[in-house]
Amino acid sequence: MISGTLLLAQLLNGLQYGVLLFLLAAGLTLVFGIMSFVNLAHGALYMLGAYAGAIGYEKTGSFVAALAIAMAATFLVGLVLERLAISRLYRRDHLDHVLATFGLVMFFNELARILWGPQPYFVSVPDALSGTVELFGFNYPSYRFLIIGVGLAVAVGSYLLIHKTRLGMLIRAGSVNPAMVGALGVNIGLLNAVLFGLGAMLAGLAGAMAGPILSVQSGMGEPVLITALVVIVVGGIGSVAGAFYAALIIGVADTLGRTFLPMLLRQLADRSVADAAGPALASMLVYLLMAGVLAWRPQGLFPAHKG
Amino acid sequence: MTSLLHRPSHWVPLVLMAALAALPFVAQAIGQPFYIALVARMLAYAVAASALNLALGYGGMVGFGHALFMGIGSYAVALPAFHGADNGLLHIAITLLACGLTAFVTGLVSLRTTGIGFIMITLAFAQMGYYLFVSLKQYGGDDGMTLAAPSRLGPFTLGSATAVYAAGFVVLALQTWWMHRLRSAPFGMVLRAARQNPRRVAAVGFPVLPYRLAAYVISAMLCGLSGVLLANLNAFASPATLSWSTSGDLIVIVVLGGIGTVFGPVLGAIAFLGMEEILKAYTEHWMVVFGPVIVILALVGRTGLMGALAKLDRAPSQTPATAKTAATPAVQGGH
Amino acid sequence: MMPVNDNPETSMARPCPAHRILAAAALAAAASQAPAATIGFLAPLSGPIAIVGQDQVDGFMLAVDQLGGKLGGQPVNVLKEDDQLKPDVGAQAVRKFIEKDKVDAIVGLSFSNVLMAALPRLAESGTVALATNAGPSPVAGAQCKPNVFSMAWQNDGAAEAMGKYAQDKGIKKVFLMAPNYQAGKDMLAGFKRMFKGTVVEELYTQVNQPDYSAELAQMQAVNPEAVFVFYPGGMGVNFVKQMRQAGLLGKMPFYSVFTIDGTTMPSLRDAAADSISGAMYDAALDTAENKKFVAAFEAKYKRLPSEYAATGYDAAQVLDVALRKVGGNTADKAAFAKAVKAAGSEFKSVRGPFKFNNNNLPIQNYYAFEVVKAGGKLVTRQVGVPLPEHTDSYHTQCALK
Repeated sequence: MISGTLLLAQLLNGLQYGVLLFLLAAGLTLVFGIMSFVNLAHGALYMLGAYAGAIGYEKTGSFVAALAIAMAATFLVGLVLERLAISRLYRRDHLDHVLATFGLVMFFNELARILWGPQPYFVSVPDALSGTVELFGFNYPSYRFLIIGVGLAVAVGSYLLIHKTRLGMLIRAGSVNPAMVGALGVNIGLLNAVLFGLGAMLAGLAGAMAGPILSVQSGMGEPVLITALVVIVVGGIGSVAGAFYAALIIGVADTLGRTFLPMLLRQLADRSVADAAGPALASMLVYLLMAGVLAWRPQGLFPAHKG
Repeated sequence: MTSLLHRPSHWVPLVLMAALAALPFVAQAIGQPFYIALVARMLAYAVAASALNLALGYGGMVGFGHALFMGIGSYAVALPAFHGADNGLLHIAITLLACGLTAFVTGLVSLRTTGIGFIMITLAFAQMGYYLFVSLKQYGGDDGMTLAAPSRLGPFTLGSATAVYAAGFVVLALQTWWMHRLRSAPFGMVLRAARQNPRRVAAVGFPVLPYRLAAYVISAMLCGLSGVLLANLNAFASPATLSWSTSGDLIVIVVLGGIGTVFGPVLGAIAFLGMEEILKAYTEHWMVVFGPVIVILALVGRTGLMGALAKLDRAPSQTPATAKTAATPAVQGGH
Repeated sequence: MMPVNDNPETSMARPCPAHRILAAAALAAAASQAPAATIGFLAPLSGPIAIVGQDQVDGFMLAVDQLGGKLGGQPVNVLKEDDQLKPDVGAQAVRKFIEKDKVDAIVGLSFSNVLMAALPRLAESGTVALATNAGPSPVAGAQCKPNVFSMAWQNDGAAEAMGKYAQDKGIKKVFLMAPNYQAGKDMLAGFKRMFKGTVVEELYTQVNQPDYSAELAQMQAVNPEAVFVFYPGGMGVNFVKQMRQAGLLGKMPFYSVFTIDGTTMPSLRDAAADSISGAMYDAALDTAENKKFVAAFEAKYKRLPSEYAATGYDAAQVLDVALRKVGGNTADKAAFAKAVKAAGSEFKSVRGPFKFNNNNLPIQNYYAFEVVKAGGKLVTRQVGVPLPEHTDSYHTQCALK
């Protein structure tokens, strides 16, 4: 039965899932849009952030410290990767990016397994947030509100960074005409490294935030990476605002689809067909949505304004 | 003849094809029939990669969904066999028809986009195919389907690894020869030109979309044949074939071998799958070695393995790039 | 002359060739006149589900170690292959075991989809195969093979046990959830086979779905009497954590299979409390064999064994008895298969009573285990045997005797 409170609760769930997606997609769209670099290793950086956060929380007992550790660690890893490998690939074909980051994903997944074993790493929700809040007659996990809060902070923060700071101005300029920016005396190599590091840091933050509610293990990045790619494509490459709105749309669509589509099918068709088709259609929904958006507006719903 | 010897990019592929032709006999002679099955799988992947190369390398369309066509090909064998029809020609006909139709419809939608949009939308279609096959419980769902009977082609069946190997080799040889001829054929030239500069091609009077769509459809049909081979080799069809990681592997194979080269996909398939086997024998943590190797190859090799071979060519004194040049480095056309 | 095997894939897969050759030579020198037996172990050793494969291998190797590196009195080489949970790769590895390595037996065989992919090769060659992780219904029924055994379970068994347990506890309304793939559907079908009450909701979620808040909200809306789920591996950790955070775990009886077990407990810790799971084994099982096994496993690997470690351990035991029966001679594959079948009734399993049914699947107890927080510590204890010496529902479809 589709009650009003259930619908409201699912909307909230969808928004919260969307914010989680945004955390992951933000870094990806920045790096892709501004540096035109296809970073499939973004999921691996997310995984490293989750592990760093888990280990940090275990060692320090403070969740805030854990988040800081995760962000610092992934920022550093991002910097190192950029200097060692990524910077040599900017002028190359996107396919070379795909190849290189594919190798990196393999490497990091196996490294995680070697270092921390195949078992999911234990992370718990910080005690202060382990309770529930009653909302619309439902018990809502408090920790999810932290996710929403952090996501909104990142959204606002990255907007301010890109549009209101000097660094953001340099980033935007560098995406349009790197040679000119370099000629004006800005160290474009350092700028790119910092930008990539920032993208990695965002992925790491997403991973550390996701750790308490998800399973921290080797290969945890890949399933979410695909959905993140869908988000940035729907939102428009390079647009953090686009990623935000698209993430919310996809989060809500996926959540509502998963809950109500099987229900709907059961009204329309007989039980066995509905049970087979319902979940399949629900899984396909996000992709159908993306295909539809791309067919109608190939540049995405909220493309970044260039130049 | 000496000029041929001076150009590894020419004689290496020929020697390799000869070696592949000889392998089954050698393997039987030394009592190691397993290698026939091992290399048969490589041949099947080479067929798929070569098919992808038509769309990706020649046409510049980076499709992340070719696993969909491999899957359709596999099930085009398994489903009829389940219902009692084991005629190989029927299987092939269904494969070509189903893949062609799917590629036509999805291609029409996908080709409205380029670059990352195209990548994602082809991925999306492959994922939808995956979920579709997983939901078919009466055909095994994600547990897959054992082949009730192998494809029968006249007096032969594809029931043994050697038969699949032979079929795969023939398909690959014909396909490679066709790709080679395509480079200088009008269709191929328009396609490759459109990859570099679609606007100019349109200005000259060729409609880009029909050429690209045709290439995409043909690419899909050839890829479907790879699925037919794999289903017979494993006597099994599974939705796992349709997973995005298979599509990713195909792209890696094409790039590794050399995008847009004729023989690149074959080299890439053998190198990629071969390296996997060799590394697996040494350590169970083989991915921690394989990953960086791929990264280094990406950093160092601008044009894949064929490009590396081309660098070893001693430049002939005369000029034009003849149509025979299998070593033409892939043009760096970006999206 | 002893055939010294310095194949790179030998034994414990240590990376240094020199050590391997020395070890093999020492083994060969110390061994009796019998030639070495070769076992092929296929398991998912990489990817998110790697802990399951690792446990099976560790359980098997523990038994081999305890038997002095021998099975059936002869030294044994264990070749390990990683199927990466890909049916394609698994089928090729099985082919390699049979054609290139010419193994005496194949153990492991990963999850149902990999097992099904390997089945044609196994049937064709007649090589003895002991699955330690699966028992899909086709293999239990019409597609049973005289040389293919499951040391683990028939896939529906544990779920049936939970269905019976819920039924016996007088539960009338239950909420079901599982991932949308074959095993998920089988588990819920198995539960419903034994449970006679009402199923208020049956939800199938996407495989590897990260976020379950939507489904948990539905659960709250419906407010069932009890919940039954199947979420293996990382999905289980996700789901249980989120259910606990939503305040739902502990409010009503929570039944599960393969969700809270030895592989996920270390990552869940307290979040797993107040749950009841159905399985044919848990480290908490109170039998003499099991106590010895758990102590030895913990000493060697520094963790508690899961049901996968137990099936691996038992597989080695069965092979030990069977190889002894045929005097180490596996050339007659049909005879070896018969010996394995008989051995099923002759060895002492760590899980309690065990023997092979006509379809080569186990007849065994399915227990109910409860995880509670007692005295500040997390404790697992057995709370019932809902299905003692249970036979699966498909064996009548198998033509074997």
